[in-house]
Order: sequence, then structure tokens, then C-alpha cells
Amino acid sequence: MSTGTQSTAGETIEDAAALEARIEELETELAEVKADEDNQQMVIIATKGTLDMAYPPLILASTAAAFGWDVTIFHTFWGLEILHEEHSQELGLSSVGNPNMPIPNVIAALPGMDRATAKMMEKRIADNDVASVEDLIETSLDSGVELQACQMTIDLLDYNEADFYDGVEVGVGAATAFQRMADAEIQLLV
Amino acid sequence: MSTKHDAAETLDVQGENCPMPVVKTKGATDDLQPDEVLEVLATDPGSMSDIKGWADTTAGVELVDQIESDQDGEDIYKHYVRKTE
Repeated sequence: MSTGTQSTAGETIEDAAALEARIEELETELAEVKADEDNQQMVIIATKGTLDMAYPPLILASTAAAFGWDVTIFHTFWGLEILHEEHSQELGLSSVGNPNMPIPNVIAALPGMDRATAKMMEKRIADNDVASVEDLIETSLDSGVELQACQMTIDLLDYNEADFYDGVEVGVGAATAFQRMADAEIQLLV
Repeated sequence: MSTKHDAAETLDVQGENCPMPVVKTKGATDDLQPDEVLEVLATDPGSMSDIKGWADTTAGVELVDQIESDQDGEDIYKHYVRKTE
């Protein structure tokens, strides 16, 4: 019976080695999971370029970056105007079809009214110490937010890289955005 | 003159609005040494909830105190944040 005992002891040593290997494997896996936890991600798809709609993505993005999150904003269609250095400083706003604004549609539709509405909103923003779109873009870039400009829209609107703020990433498409979204805890379409 | 909670630095965000108080508080705590306290002076009433939410959720910082006071008829919100690591 002694041989039987020896073989059991041999198996025990093998089992212990296998267990140690398994523990090592699990520890590596746990370290990876923890590393992922440290880098929570948010992706925002910004599709609108009016003055009011430029704010939510930029405010949320800079705030999430302050929480230590990795943040990407993918700007597509009119959302691209937010990244356009010149256009971002005079984003439009219309009272037409906006029942929250105090101007009747018939007056709001007159020439020059959209510009006047945007100016009125800009003044309110400044009077209430709300940061400008330009300030929020600089703040976002400084906090490590990745601002991406959809290449298809750049071509569609006939823009080029020099039109955008320094630090804006160009040459990216839907697949890049989707890949980030798949890895992210929060995905928003604005 | 030593500040409350022996703050090592003071960040003045008076007159600034959401999201700047939180964003700038984060930036200022990055520059602290572990265990140092940052004092934040704000006039944004939303900063009471926002800085608490940020500090409670973010690793490496801890909210020490929040004080609401009246200074020459204006509400001032003082926040004390400690860097823990």
C-alpha cells in the first residue's frame, strides 16, 4: 500500500503547483480588472452646433475628467462647429420653433433675428459668469478630454485641420467612436 | 495667518459657475502633497453639492469641511479638501 501513498503525495505536489499557477493567473486578471476600474470611460457623441447645445457635452466632459475619468467627445455633423475655432465663437441660436423662447415665431423668422437671439443668449451667459464655449474647450483639453472631429463631416463641410483648436484629433470615424463606446461605462448622444 | 484646517493652499473661484469650481478644485488638488488641505472659496451655490459629490466619488481626495457664510451680504461657500494619496 506504500506505493499508493507515494503516488498520492506526488499528485498532491502537482495539485499544489497547479493551484499556485492558477492563483498567479487570477491575480494577474484581478490586477487588470482593477486597472480598468481606475480608468472609467465616458464617450459623448456631439451632433448639434447651436449655442445652447454646445454646453452640455463640454460641461459634462470637463466634469467627468475632474472625476478621473477618460473622456472622449466625438463631434459629428453640426457638432463639428463647436471645435471650429472661428465658428465656435459665434454659434447660432434660433427662436423659431422653440416655445421656450419669448419671441413669437412670426417675428423670430425675420432676417437677422437668429443672430440677435444668439447675441442675447451670449450676453446672458457672460452676465451670469458662465464660461464661454472657448474657455470650456480649453479647460476640457487641459484636463485630458479627447476632442475628436469626424473626418467624414470635415470633408462634407469642406473644413481642414487648421480650422480647429490645437489639440483636436482629426482623421477619426464611426469605428473609432464605436470602439470607445463599447469600452465605456457611459455613452451619450447629444 | 493660518487658515481653517491648516489649508496649504487657497483656490479662489468666486464668481465662477458650473463646472469650473469642481474642475479647478481637481486641478489644484493635483498640485498638493499627500495629507495637505486645499481651501476653496466659491460663490456658486451649486458648489456645495458638486464639490461634495466630486470628493466622495473621486479616489485620493477627502472632503474635510464645508462652510456657508455671509460676507458683506454675499453668500460665500468655503470647501476644505484633503489629498489622501
